[in-house]
Amino acid sequence: MVRYRKLTLEDRLIDAIVYTALFVLSLLSLYPFWNAFVLSLNSGADTSLGGITVWPRVFTVDNYNVVLSDPRFFKALGISVARTVCGTVAAIFFTALLAYGLSRKDTIGRNYYMLAAVFTMYFHGGLIPTYLWLRELGLFNNFWVLFVPWIISVWNMIVFRTFFQGLPDGLEESARIDGCSTYGLFFRIVVPLSGPVIATLSLFQAVFFWNEWFASGIYINEATLLPVQNYLMNMINSNSAQEMISQLSGVPGGVGDMVTRTITPKSLQMTALMVVSLPIIIVYPFVQKFFVKGVMIGSLKE
Amino acid sequence: MNEPVSVPETAARLRVRPKGLLRRLAAQWEVQSMIWPGIIFIILFSYIPMWGITIAFKEYDIFQGVSGSPWVGLRQFRMFFGSPDFAMIMKNTIVIAFLKLVVIFPAPVALALMLNEVRHSAYKRLVQTLTYLPHFISWVIVSGLVFSILSVENGSLNMMLQKLGLIRQPVNWLSLPEYFYAILISSGVWKEIGFSSIVYLAAIVGVNPHLYEAAAIDGAGRLRQIFSVTLPTIAPVITIFFILQIGNLLNAGFEDILAITNGGKNTILREVSEVIDTYVYNVGVNQMRYSFATAAGLFKSLINVLLLWGANSLARKAGGSSLW
Repeated sequence: MVRYRKLTLEDRLIDAIVYTALFVLSLLSLYPFWNAFVLSLNSGADTSLGGITVWPRVFTVDNYNVVLSDPRFFKALGISVARTVCGTVAAIFFTALLAYGLSRKDTIGRNYYMLAAVFTMYFHGGLIPTYLWLRELGLFNNFWVLFVPWIISVWNMIVFRTFFQGLPDGLEESARIDGCSTYGLFFRIVVPLSGPVIATLSLFQAVFFWNEWFASGIYINEATLLPVQNYLMNMINSNSAQEMISQLSGVPGGVGDMVTRTITPKSLQMTALMVVSLPIIIVYPFVQKFFVKGVMIGSLKE
Repeated sequence: MNEPVSVPETAARLRVRPKGLLRRLAAQWEVQSMIWPGIIFIILFSYIPMWGITIAFKEYDIFQGVSGSPWVGLRQFRMFFGSPDFAMIMKNTIVIAFLKLVVIFPAPVALALMLNEVRHSAYKRLVQTLTYLPHFISWVIVSGLVFSILSVENGSLNMMLQKLGLIRQPVNWLSLPEYFYAILISSGVWKEIGFSSIVYLAAIVGVNPHLYEAAAIDGAGRLRQIFSVTLPTIAPVITIFFILQIGNLLNAGFEDILAITNGGKNTILREVSEVIDTYVYNVGVNQMRYSFATAAGLFKSLINVLLLWGANSLARKAGGSSLW
């Protein structure tokens, strides 16, 4: 906001309060991540002496060596990547297709379809009926359960639909005259024009599939099928970090020696936590501009 | 009846409805085939589980399935209301829901108002980048960070408080029930304050700049302008989100509570942390009392629908915005 008048005492006071409050808030947002990062780079034995806050005291990459040499971690990482890729592609494809069908004014029954979809935003079966039904479908301990139930997000569908409806009608007419089919229209004209909204919703979907941990925890018991969030959950909440240390410390040489010297459960937990959040922390600043726009598309109607 | 009908209008009508419904559907099979995969997913994963709610009125038998299990009327509900856990769960649900409503809900509004007062756009962007980030991190990671910061041995909070001389011994924050709500609510604010502020910022962008000039000419200072121009302009957006929040009131928390109580394994905290949703999970998934848990979940959904309806009609009566 541009203001041309001179700064009064009130202005200065408000500026001081606002700038300070926002500074503190930013620090509070950043510090937990930074602290975890520092702890992951500090020798575990040294960390337990206390006092590690903003800088490592005994720098080491041993923690990363140990976490990254755990085959179970790699298995979980692979599951998460596969889930995120398959889930995002399938979700965006089917949701956009549905939204396009419902965005066309001549579609028979579009209001009924829309009503049926929107109703599920306000009312749903709840945890137990869904759980029993997915079990009946044979989806337990099955890779498909990691993404198929979330393929249609009604909220994303509405965002897509709003965007499609904002595209100029003339485009469609001229493509029609050129003999374009409805699918041709969708793939050759609508999709190429929808870059920003597809990018934004893909980001949200990808973050969702990467982060989801509750459903994968209840529908999957086999350790080899669990995504990385569940691996981390076990590491933080059970004794698995401690078990890993005692397992590895029996191994002479290499990783085994490192473990006996410096590794603690906490240093392993913070390291796993950093590795799991890293993809998001790295991608996030580049796509931030995109998603702010995307949220606006979602909240403001044309 | 006898109104004259213009020729083009009749022609249009003839063109729109020349054949039966099936013929018309067949004529637009392309567009219909775009819709049906999505509708099938919605039926499979939303409507069939909705039908599964009937087991709240049955005694679910694994071998009989949803349709074959015997009806028992309202027995599950009576058991839920009569169970010794009921009072505790309701108290926790209401306390947590209320705290979230008065702390987590207004926080992003305050942040948006403050961000709007920042004139250095680089600083504004930096604050936004840092405060949005936690939204993109899972509750598993947030709980890991919370455990680390609050840890007794070398957590940053204990170290800081000791240095400031506020405490002598490190406090085991996570095993003391009296701190649970503070931990839950502050981690909730921490995670979502930035991202939730986006919609309010978007609404503020729509404020007519002339209003500020007019207010300034009338002698309004910055604070006066915030409360007399900015806030009233974004009030409709706040109302809508408030109504939605009321409709979610009994969803007091699930992922966050589960993550901060070690997946529900921290039994010391159960007295303050068990809410309807975590109870449904514990009783249903862990103890396999499917019908009972479904009844508890249905009770929650019904109250939520009632609250949403109530809040909406209240908002409409008050002359503000409403959802429908």
